[in-house]
Amino acid sequence: MNVALKLRDPTAETSPTRRARLAPPPSVAGKSVALMDIGKARGSEFIDRLEGHFKKAGVATRRYRKPTNTKVAPTDLLQKIAAENQLAVIALSD
Amino acid sequence: MPDGYPSDGFVIVAKHDCPTCTLVEPVMQSLDRAGPLAVVTQDDPSFPSGVGTVIDDHDLQRSFQLKVETVPTLIRFKGGREVERTVGWDRAEWTRLAGAAAAGDGLPAWQPGCGSKSVEPGVHETLVARYGDTGLKARTIAVGEWDDPIEACFERGWSDGLPVVPPTDERILRMLGGTERRPDEIVGNIPPNLAPCTVEKVAINAVMAGCKPEYMPVVLGVLEAALDPLFVLHGLLCTTHFSGPLVIINGPAAGAIGMNSGVNALGQGNRANATIGRALQLIVRNVGGGLPGGMDRATLGNPGKYTFCFAEDESDPDWEPLAQRRGIPAGKSAVTLFHGEGVNGFVDQKSRTPEELVRSLAMGLFGVGHPKLCLAGNAVLVLAPEHYKIFKDCGWNRRRIEDELYKALKRPGSELIRGAQGIAEGMPPSFADRMVDKFQPDGLLIVRAGGEAGLFSAIIGGWPGQSVRDECQAVTHEIR
Repeated sequence: MNVALKLRDPTAETSPTRRARLAPPPSVAGKSVALMDIGKARGSEFIDRLEGHFKKAGVATRRYRKPTNTKVAPTDLLQKIAAENQLAVIALSD
Repeated sequence: MPDGYPSDGFVIVAKHDCPTCTLVEPVMQSLDRAGPLAVVTQDDPSFPSGVGTVIDDHDLQRSFQLKVETVPTLIRFKGGREVERTVGWDRAEWTRLAGAAAAGDGLPAWQPGCGSKSVEPGVHETLVARYGDTGLKARTIAVGEWDDPIEACFERGWSDGLPVVPPTDERILRMLGGTERRPDEIVGNIPPNLAPCTVEKVAINAVMAGCKPEYMPVVLGVLEAALDPLFVLHGLLCTTHFSGPLVIINGPAAGAIGMNSGVNALGQGNRANATIGRALQLIVRNVGGGLPGGMDRATLGNPGKYTFCFAEDESDPDWEPLAQRRGIPAGKSAVTLFHGEGVNGFVDQKSRTPEELVRSLAMGLFGVGHPKLCLAGNAVLVLAPEHYKIFKDCGWNRRRIEDELYKALKRPGSELIRGAQGIAEGMPPSFADRMVDKFQPDGLLIVRAGGEAGLFSAIIGGWPGQSVRDECQAVTHEIR
């Protein structure tokens, strides 16, 4: 990251400056998983394989696709994914 | 020795915009002919003309490092070290330092210089942040060149939900300039985590809240009052009740920083009112770790938990201001902190006598918390000018209004006990045979504020924690 600005921490500095990632869920049972194809080559094959594994495990999935791989997903698509699912997988590709 | 300076010779710091600098341009040319000279020019690299070494100092780094406050400044170097300097134009001084070449024949003997650009308001702190030692101890958080710093603050959870001003070093240094207290002084431990809070952390959060440096003494006074054990800030934070800190400022500090005690005093639009109250809330959030849904367990909260701060109208010499009523000497600035749940508008456009208005106000005040609950929480009564005029015209002062209201706020316990009037809520049965006060002694705080038009007042209910009078009260502290 090219640093453009430095701010001073307004907190008591009791937690790391790098924000922790969300912990993975202890179980996917009963959850719906969004499978997001970002639109790059062969991403759909990866999604197909994942979908099969989830299906065998009895986990519900929903598929989504970005309109173009060159831009971030539109807000309404992200809101739709968040409203309909508890977890999401974004397909890598190439 | 910075590049470009002669190790044995002279440096002159100047700016073209300074009449004294342009006056001595021939002297600079003369000095250049006589020996080693470098001119550090702040605003125009083509100034002065006829000088061999002109150093462009538009970023003011050299002026800052040379600690220049006035231009022109003539500095003599010997062996790579500064040995003498003089400021402005003074023929005797310049010739003493630089000899006959600095005589400036034909010029007046003396002319004062101008302020250096490096000490213009707000500039010095920026230069300290860029080129100096800020002395700040808080850890730095890097923001990428493509990232929006305001969004970065949101993402880190530093905001109350509204945008905050990104706390950069120069802003923090300017804020610290508003107080004489040391940045590393610990003001107190902020609940709920009881984290030590330095003056520097106060300044950082005051920057984020949008405060001006001159608000710092008030912000520090507010925080110290909030940390008075009698105020029970921890309990106020974690309550399920509506209340949050209400800040009332009295005394000359309120006027000095332009606080609003008039039209819309409890509303939006005044920077000092808005940001001082917000700074307290951000300190509790960021330093203390008091987050809604975390230790802040309010069922509903109230909009005043963003900020709730105003000044009392002290324009009437007949009126005893709240802070004096609570023991602060006249002429001193003070903060009163109350556990306020929000503004309840009180409308009475028919009362014309003090007696009528007191009965009417009492009826409104009975509603605080619940009409059948007494001694369970206090209140602030904000008298707006038209209501106050009804009292004043009949010679009623603060003490008389308080006394009459306390009398009017007594009711038979039989009407208040649980089940009475067909309402389950109410006082314990043991109150049935006595007259019951609505509020604790000193539990009704009366303050004047508001615009000239409107037969209104405002009732700000308190917090049930105030029912334990010895342990929890409004507090009033002098602002140092």
